[in-house]
Amino acid sequence: MKRASFWSWLWIALGVLYFLLPLIATLNFSLRARRGVLSFDAYRSVFSDSQFYQSFGFSTEMAVLTIIFSVLLLLPTAYWIHLRMRWLRPVVELVTLLPFVIPGIVLVFGLIKTYSGAPFALTGSRFGTNLLLVGGYIVLSFPYMYRSIDTGLRAVDVQTLTEAAQSLGAGWTTILFRVIFPNVRVALLSGAFLTFAIVIGELTLAQYLLGGTQAFGPYLALVGRNKAYEPSALAIISFALIWAAIGIIQLVGRGSPEQRQLGGMR
Amino acid sequence: MAFLELRDIRKSFGAATAVDTFNLQVERGEFISFLGPSGCGKTTTLRMIAGFEQPTAGQILVNEQDITRRPPNQRNVGMVFQSYALFPNMNVAQNIAFGMTLKRAPKATITQRVSELLALIGLPGLERRYPYQLSGGQQQRVALARALAIEPQVLLLDEPLSALDAKIRVSLRNEIRSIQRKLGITTIYVTHDQEEALSLSDRIVVMNHGRIEQIGTPFQIYNFPQTAFVASFVGTLNVLQARVRNPASGELEIDGQPLTLARPLTDQRTGDTVAIALRPEVIALDGAAGTANRLRGVVEDVTFLGAIVRVRVQVGTEIVNFDMFNNPSLRVPERGQPVTLAFPVESSLLLDDTAEHAKQAVAAAAEAT
Repeated sequence: MKRASFWSWLWIALGVLYFLLPLIATLNFSLRARRGVLSFDAYRSVFSDSQFYQSFGFSTEMAVLTIIFSVLLLLPTAYWIHLRMRWLRPVVELVTLLPFVIPGIVLVFGLIKTYSGAPFALTGSRFGTNLLLVGGYIVLSFPYMYRSIDTGLRAVDVQTLTEAAQSLGAGWTTILFRVIFPNVRVALLSGAFLTFAIVIGELTLAQYLLGGTQAFGPYLALVGRNKAYEPSALAIISFALIWAAIGIIQLVGRGSPEQRQLGGMR
Repeated sequence: MAFLELRDIRKSFGAATAVDTFNLQVERGEFISFLGPSGCGKTTTLRMIAGFEQPTAGQILVNEQDITRRPPNQRNVGMVFQSYALFPNMNVAQNIAFGMTLKRAPKATITQRVSELLALIGLPGLERRYPYQLSGGQQQRVALARALAIEPQVLLLDEPLSALDAKIRVSLRNEIRSIQRKLGITTIYVTHDQEEALSLSDRIVVMNHGRIEQIGTPFQIYNFPQTAFVASFVGTLNVLQARVRNPASGELEIDGQPLTLARPLTDQRTGDTVAIALRPEVIALDGAAGTANRLRGVVEDVTFLGAIVRVRVQVGTEIVNFDMFNNPSLRVPERGQPVTLAFPVESSLLLDDTAEHAKQAVAAAAEAT
């Protein structure tokens, strides 16, 4: 008993060190912008840069749009596969894994090549480019979003709930938004969070589609190339923002008592 | 004119036929059970009435309207599922109100109706509970209330008690029946449990291999089964092979011992083999003389089942099971003891099918249960 607890504590300690040491080192470095003393100069510099706000705001906007549209695309898809087309599941799972196989650089040049000329000339306008960017992000979010939704749907008896709702007079939209959606809310939130994290830091698509530092990823890369202490400060800030996002999801996910039980349904 | 009518319903899944030539007329307010082993097509038929499956051929009429092609959400048919299927994200009141809110009923009406229904199912004041806070029996009551809330034309129950434990199963089934009587709602109840079907139904539809074997009141089904399958699936049964001695007077023999039927045989000739069915509860030891049939045999085994004692007797090559009611002064026969079995003439049923077919059907039914 004692031995077991000694070894488990050791492994936990090692894990914590592995995780925290780089973070502490980064934090420490970010505070050393002024020679000899610890200061928040690097953070001040980051927060005084209007491009920081602009790019972060833009990427947040893209992330939110990506989340909305990927949910609108993938929730009905995954639902329909669960309900009527189970044989299609392996195919769809394969498709959603493609972003792991096809590098982002291939995806972005494919997008540019396809959509830079007739009949779909989208790269010429700002709106068209943003559209392509969100489209690309939706594809990148497939593995995370689809899997989250799929897991959520597996935890509820989709078919019987659908039939129960139908027999009570519900149509498809009602079933999707009043019965299915609320029951996979937590799963959707975790998928949304992963998507958010990916889009915020994404470099390749933003770099080649937009150019410049309009999005947060390229901005991070630019700062990383040109400055010494600010990148570390940015790393800590992003880290804090992401943890804040997790916290918010946890709060929302536990907002109502019934949601806590959903993991154990079926 | 029947309230619910199924005309020549057939349902195929690819090459397999799940339901074939299903004809049924249900009166308003009637309680009908579909009884049969799993895979007999009873649930498929129910799902066709609900609209979850489309019949390959045939028509379904409710109140003289053809609803065969109508989508399930426009049929106004209430459904209760084996797995309760309450919406986990909604509390009891929201679950029951779901159908009414879709119909845009006024809020006050809904609130009132929800509390009425909760009173009806014996769970007053549980509006704010969530499904996971309820027991299985309570969840199924709520599911029943939810189905009743839309004032359906027909109520469908798909093995609603199968997931519950024995005591609750009995009390809830009595409650379902009394609620059904109170509301006078036309009800179809699917079950593989013959006791449920016998105790609840106005009429039972016994099904096997996608076909109706017999439609009748519980009394008819139990006492006058028309096929070997019905005879063996409902209740326990002895099927004996007998040789015809004299068709005109209904005289048979088993193991050289004479036996008389209550009616003459019309289709058989002397020397033919026929299948005779005997319920274990109609047989007694020796006792009453008179017009009874008598068979001599040897006790092979005695099984104590609590309220009854089941005795297995070998008569020639045939096996006969019979029951004795238990009481402290009962003299139980011993193994190897010769006994004489007596049963009333009218209690031996002649099965329509050939003896061989009957044996097969009995074996299949035994396997299914």
